[in-house]
Amino acid sequence: MAKKRYAYYQGCSLEGTAVEYDKSMRVVFDALGIDYVEPEDWSCCGSTPAHTVDHVFAAALAARNLSIIENMGLDVVTTNCPSCLMAFKKAQYSMENDETFKEKVNELLDEKYNCGVYAKSSLQILYEDVGLEAISNRVTHIIPDMKAAPYYGCIMNRPPKIAQFDDPENPISMDRIISALGIEVCDFAFKLECCGAAFGVPKRKMVNELSKKVIAMAEDAGANCIVVACPLCQQNLDLRQEQINQTTGSNFNIPVIYFTQLMGLAFGYTPKELGLDKLIVSADHFARSRITKQEYLEREKAKEQEKKAKKEVKKQETGEEENP
Amino acid sequence: MRVGVFICHCGNNIAGTVDVKAVADEIRKIPGVAHATTYMYTCSEPGQDEIKQAIKQYNLNRIVVAACSPRMHELTFRRTIEKAGLNKYYFEMANIREHISWVGENKEANTKKAIDVITMAVAKVMQDKPLFSSSFKINKRVLVIGGGVAGMQAALDCGDGGLEVVLVEKSPSVGGMMSRLDKTFPTIDCSICILGPKMVDVAQHDKIKLYAYSEIEDIKGYVGNYQIKIRKKATYVDWTKCTGCGACMEKCPSRNAYDYFNFGVAPTKAINIPFPQAIPKKAKIDPNYCRQFTKGKCGVCAKICPTKAINYEMQDEIVTEEVGAIIVASGYSLLDLERLPEYGGGRYPDVISGIQYERLLNASGPTAGHILRPSDNTEPKTVVFVACAGSRDKSIGVPYCSNFCCMYIAKQAILTKDHIPDSQSYVFYMDIRSPGKGYDEFTRRAQEDYGVKYIRGRVSRIYPKGKKMVVRGADTLLGTQVEVEADLVVLGTAVLSNPDAARLAEKLHISYDTFGFYVESHPKLRPVETNTSGVFLAGACQGPKDIPASVGQGSAAASKVLALFSKDMLESDPAVAKVNINKCVGCLKCVRTCPFQAIKENQLRDGRIVADVIETVCAGCGVCTSTCPCGAIQLQHFTDNQILAEVNALCQG
Repeated sequence: MAKKRYAYYQGCSLEGTAVEYDKSMRVVFDALGIDYVEPEDWSCCGSTPAHTVDHVFAAALAARNLSIIENMGLDVVTTNCPSCLMAFKKAQYSMENDETFKEKVNELLDEKYNCGVYAKSSLQILYEDVGLEAISNRVTHIIPDMKAAPYYGCIMNRPPKIAQFDDPENPISMDRIISALGIEVCDFAFKLECCGAAFGVPKRKMVNELSKKVIAMAEDAGANCIVVACPLCQQNLDLRQEQINQTTGSNFNIPVIYFTQLMGLAFGYTPKELGLDKLIVSADHFARSRITKQEYLEREKAKEQEKKAKKEVKKQETGEEENP
Repeated sequence: MRVGVFICHCGNNIAGTVDVKAVADEIRKIPGVAHATTYMYTCSEPGQDEIKQAIKQYNLNRIVVAACSPRMHELTFRRTIEKAGLNKYYFEMANIREHISWVGENKEANTKKAIDVITMAVAKVMQDKPLFSSSFKINKRVLVIGGGVAGMQAALDCGDGGLEVVLVEKSPSVGGMMSRLDKTFPTIDCSICILGPKMVDVAQHDKIKLYAYSEIEDIKGYVGNYQIKIRKKATYVDWTKCTGCGACMEKCPSRNAYDYFNFGVAPTKAINIPFPQAIPKKAKIDPNYCRQFTKGKCGVCAKICPTKAINYEMQDEIVTEEVGAIIVASGYSLLDLERLPEYGGGRYPDVISGIQYERLLNASGPTAGHILRPSDNTEPKTVVFVACAGSRDKSIGVPYCSNFCCMYIAKQAILTKDHIPDSQSYVFYMDIRSPGKGYDEFTRRAQEDYGVKYIRGRVSRIYPKGKKMVVRGADTLLGTQVEVEADLVVLGTAVLSNPDAARLAEKLHISYDTFGFYVESHPKLRPVETNTSGVFLAGACQGPKDIPASVGQGSAAASKVLALFSKDMLESDPAVAKVNINKCVGCLKCVRTCPFQAIKENQLRDGRIVADVIETVCAGCGVCTSTCPCGAIQLQHFTDNQILAEVNALCQG
């Protein structure tokens, strides 16, 4: 069977504030042999500004891109940004289920869109199409010191009717991917809590308060790193972390990294290749503390033996009546 | 042939959107129609008298009433014409209300459709044949399915009325949900203290035969004569020998069995007696946890049992009982906590359900009546109750109100204060629904005398913060978000039908709604009857219900059975299948397709094999009629000729 080819829609954030997300995703996709191609002449996905004003217009902006992809003969588009993802999914859902809506949208387009392209996040493709086993097999390095809090953000899985991926209240896809990398995952209760999203401009104080709650909960859960899948979440938690500290009197210093960057580190790529230098709160110490899988396994083995030996000693001390 | 047609206005129900006079004028033109008229309420006494008079005056011999659904008044009018001296099957009912006036607003179209429908009924009535009921003997024993409070009440009332009762309970003890409750609202009566005597009565009643830990395997027959197969599930303990001493339970080494009685709030032993007041008080082994079954060796209980009652080889046993009527009181189940992920249900040990909390409050529960939270066995000082946890929530598939949660939450909040005087309870609610006698006063008492803080609003999320659970919700009266740091969260989980409700309904041939609750014959006037004669309903299997309502229905169902059994003979419905032995080729396809096993093979004197319908068993469904390759079986009152006459009348119109 020929390998599945995906269309990759980059989106505006991935060219600017989240260039490291784009960079690391390409590295990971290449490492896992995922075939992807970019549509030419792509345009705005129709996210936040458009859909707050006009649903038909927003859907048309999304459908313009989907139509280009449809004409390339592809049926799945992947994107890193959850906003782009939802813009595509919403347009697809509304057009598929409402004939008059579809007509209205198509009236605005030069090339009619026939609803043949489904959007999947890069997370979904890695979790469902590639699978945990393939990911785990590709791991070369382990970061033994990391305790990760997976943060999905509000729209990756919701509303469930449109998102159609993972659990809307307690998603686990990213948790499992991080576990497959051999990294410890914390039980993080605010996986889906609002970070403040795009209100950072008009209501900075509110965003700071909301983001603070997320970071504080991650620290309470014992995490020393927040792993994200959304450029806006990353920006609010990382870029604004110093702002949060200043305005709320907190003292956070916790790296906020993309799950693709984390995968890249586990696959043995250099921090430079993964754009780790783009982070405001440095995550370089994780890159430095990486050890090879071989070394890690040996360490674990030694630990296990030590434990066993201790148990033996204890057994001899307390006599043979351990068995019930 | 002289047909009389009576068209009902039903006040404005029909006449509002159907021109009944025009319909009557049109129907009068049909050859054979001797009389057609309209009347305000045909079902009223003067309305029925008019039919009787018209039969005499116009010498009518066939009657059509065009009014509501035949399920409403067919029997009424059949009796009317029978009194006037006609065979009651010389009658047809044209439904111009539910099928026409209530569903369409276009008067012209409605009028035309009414004419068509009545024309069909006239064509059919002209083909109708006189049919005569035969009578048959009834078996005056009654089966009660479910030994909760509704089923026990029904069984006791039937028993006291002199009927022999077979009571089948699927769990090891009778008592049902009520036996799990600590106290009952609004009187704070000890639940088991008022239920216990009833349970003992059931066990000691000489008319009641109890099958505990048993389920209905199969039901055959019809009103008056049912054959019931009951599966007595293997308990691995010989109950004739078990004295309920509990020595086995004490010594059993398998301590982590799921405790069904306590809704898993704490583990139990693999061999157990569910609770101290259990009836019958007998032990039962859970083979999923018993080491003899999981590991193949143990045998501790067999060794310890003073009466040698343990039998690991025990198998399920099927017994047959014959009864004449069935009361279904199979109860309800509760929404699984795991279906409420936003509340951390199933993930956080300190988020529990109302029924689990009930067990924590109860003196014979796993904590001996001390409220201790499951995670660390400490006494909670702040308890948050969430009402409507799943109820009135379309996204969960439960759009309905669960009826009694508002009340038990108020009760549990009051009891919390009684148990832990320095505690504070909060209740998140949508509306307080307390319409029973003394109920509203009770919820007021919780707020005013016990200081329970009621917050009107929904909870959006529950998450852990250190040792506390943070309950975040809206206070819609203040218009703000609120967060309460709780030690323990109790969810008033939604009431669901039993998971096997549909399967039981199919065995009983009764209907159930989208949610699996059994459908009564009429929501107001026949609340404990079903559309299957001989089968009655009691308790929460029909819909969420509190204790007084369940008990009331138990008694009501019992009185219906006693009334049914006050006759010695019942009349059969003659509208059943009939075999024309001259046409039957003896292929016996009908025997195999009949869902009621009402057709048997019959050998004629000349040795020819033909099908034979047992008239009293046949339910008149007509499956055999469409199966028969040579048209030898005809359903009386719905023969091919009769149906074709209707089709012809419609097509010619």
